[in-house]
Amino acid sequence: MGILEVKDVSKRFGGLKALSDVNLSVEEGTVHAIIGPNGAGKSTLLNCFVGKLIPDTGSVMFEGHSLLGIKPHQINQLGVSRVFQTPEIFSELTVFENVMIACFAKRDGSFRLQPFKTVENETDIVEKAEQMLVDVSMIEKRDMHSASLSRGDKRRLEMAMCLAQDPKLLLLDEPTAGMARADTNNTIELLKDIQKQRGITMAIIEHDMHVVFSLADRITVLAQGTPIVEDVPEKIKGHPKVQEAYLGTAH
Amino acid sequence: MKILGLNEKDSRFLLIVIFLTLATPVLLQPFPEGSGMAQFNAGYPDLMQRFAIFGIFAIGFNILFGLTGYLSFGHAAFLGIGSYAVVWMYKLLDYNVIWGLPLAVVVSGIVALGIGFISLRRSGIYFSILTLAFAQMMFVISYSDLFGRFVGTTITNGETGLQVYGNDPQVLLGATEPSSPHFFGIVMRENFWTPQFGDWQFTFNNGYYFCAVIAILAFYLSLRIFRSPFGLMLRAIKTNQNRLNYTGVHSRPYTLAAFVISGMYAGLAGGLLAAMDPLAGAERMQWTESGTVVLMTILGGAGTLMGPVLGAGFIKYFENIFSKINDNVLHQWFAWMPDGLEDAIVWVLHFFVGKGWHLTLGVLFMLVVIFLPGGLVEGGTRIWRFIRGTDRKEKTADATHQPEHVAYVAEKEEF
Ligand SMILES: Nc1ncnc2c1ncn2[C@@H]1O[C@H](COP(=O)(O)OP(=O)(O)O)[C@@H](O)[C@H]1O
Ligand SMILES: [Mg+2]
Repeated sequence: MGILEVKDVSKRFGGLKALSDVNLSVEEGTVHAIIGPNGAGKSTLLNCFVGKLIPDTGSVMFEGHSLLGIKPHQINQLGVSRVFQTPEIFSELTVFENVMIACFAKRDGSFRLQPFKTVENETDIVEKAEQMLVDVSMIEKRDMHSASLSRGDKRRLEMAMCLAQDPKLLLLDEPTAGMARADTNNTIELLKDIQKQRGITMAIIEHDMHVVFSLADRITVLAQGTPIVEDVPEKIKGHPKVQEAYLGTAH
Repeated sequence: MKILGLNEKDSRFLLIVIFLTLATPVLLQPFPEGSGMAQFNAGYPDLMQRFAIFGIFAIGFNILFGLTGYLSFGHAAFLGIGSYAVVWMYKLLDYNVIWGLPLAVVVSGIVALGIGFISLRRSGIYFSILTLAFAQMMFVISYSDLFGRFVGTTITNGETGLQVYGNDPQVLLGATEPSSPHFFGIVMRENFWTPQFGDWQFTFNNGYYFCAVIAILAFYLSLRIFRSPFGLMLRAIKTNQNRLNYTGVHSRPYTLAAFVISGMYAGLAGGLLAAMDPLAGAERMQWTESGTVVLMTILGGAGTLMGPVLGAGFIKYFENIFSKINDNVLHQWFAWMPDGLEDAIVWVLHFFVGKGWHLTLGVLFMLVVIFLPGGLVEGGTRIWRFIRGTDRKEKTADATHQPEHVAYVAEKEEF
């Protein structure tokens, strides 16, 4: 029984069948990649895990809780954090404030009214946030306005925010999309470090299969809304069905 | 030095604010009596009280609008509620403001809870429209005394406005008690010191100092909120509510709390208006009043601590001082010019003074929004940097050296 169990999930957008009968199981402590060509339904699937979309049929269970019909903040509080395809950060705030918000959300839950405390006196939060920035090697950018970060650093910051919550499951939607080569490599290294040091369970969605090869324990290939193969990376590489799925939609 | 749980910088800041507030009767009276400039003096009680009261109104509004970005167009409703609550306490108990002011805060807080609960289901322009609709409804209800007609006794006294009459119960009224608003015998409209230094005349008024002390407390409270985890969450809501939700935070109760707090500030301000002048009318709830506090906050600098106070002071100053300048005054000023030119200049300026002060305010507002998007506070900061010779580029260096990569997958999640 995996930490995340997806059973018979289907989703239609009007006449388009974006997902049909997806079954998937993410084992605790592993990195599970979901790859597939553009438009295969990867983002749609991920959105079904985080409360953004509700599938037409099927179930999504996380540690025995259904994730369907509950709000994104509730899903996060269960221990599921997510990284967006385009980094989503609090761009008007400093790097440090960004991470502190994640720490507060972890410590205080989805709502706690504390208008008379002072942020800088919350030593546990301050220390933890600083540690997170050290871990992703961004501590020297602590007081920078986060809007002025490079794309790679924004991704790093977003990752730091997710890690600050000690998630049980980290969901990543094309974490290297739109990045320069150097940033891509950086991000992959960062993910490897995270996996090595923390053993966090991850589900990574990726268009480019080379990105996840060195990272994933298992890979599911999605094509036109259906998983066509699931196996260890070595077996996926030369799999005829995978080649067909990618070549079939190559430009 | 650190005071009241603030860090060093904020402590200094608070002390400066306290000093400026307490010294207002002197600072706003820079011109000697009888001089041509005396009409620009603003150190008289009525106006100073308004500075403090509308300062409180704007400080509270800023907690909602400045921090969360939710633009309410209905905050005047709470101003009116506060006034009615205070006048009702005059009518039922006595003229001591101690009964009415807490009631004003509580009642406006409760009403804000209701209005906020419904309005905050939407964001952006829809939220603004909902708050506007609620406030206009409350205005109409007060103006027509709708509730009063249902219960059979007046609640708001309709278009006449609520005031104290001789046959009101006033059950706590003692034989020797003042017959105008007071705080345990300190009568609001009385002055406790009116010194004269040469040609300079200063007025130290009880009512102003009462408002000033409350304004300082209100400012201190907002400073604490700005620096608190709560304030941080509110700012997070403004910059990226989607991220915040996916970070495990339920934004609705935070925005609701901010809405209620700002509603209570507005109720307090309304209560103080009635504490200075024992009247409450429906016109205080009109949408133009709601608009004024929006202007105050933006003019001064939304989301900054001092901005709203400056904005409130600025607008009240213009309203009172520019509206008093008439053609005669203008002719006096430009008497030294050749007649034709004098008439021409007076003819042009005529539109910007007296009843035309709104025009001046409008021009000023446009200039600020276009050239100083951060409001008067930004203007002040720029001047300060210019004087100290610090280079503005320092701050933006990171943005120039590390330009943002262009995304070639432009997919933005909406929530
Ligand atoms: N909200 C939506 N409304 C309609 N169609 C959608 C919506 N979201 C995705 N789709 C469609 O569903 C299919 C799968 O999209 P998506 O999950 O984004 O693919 P991927 O992330 O694998 O590239 C695409 O054809 C896309 O156009
Ligand atoms: Mg996608």
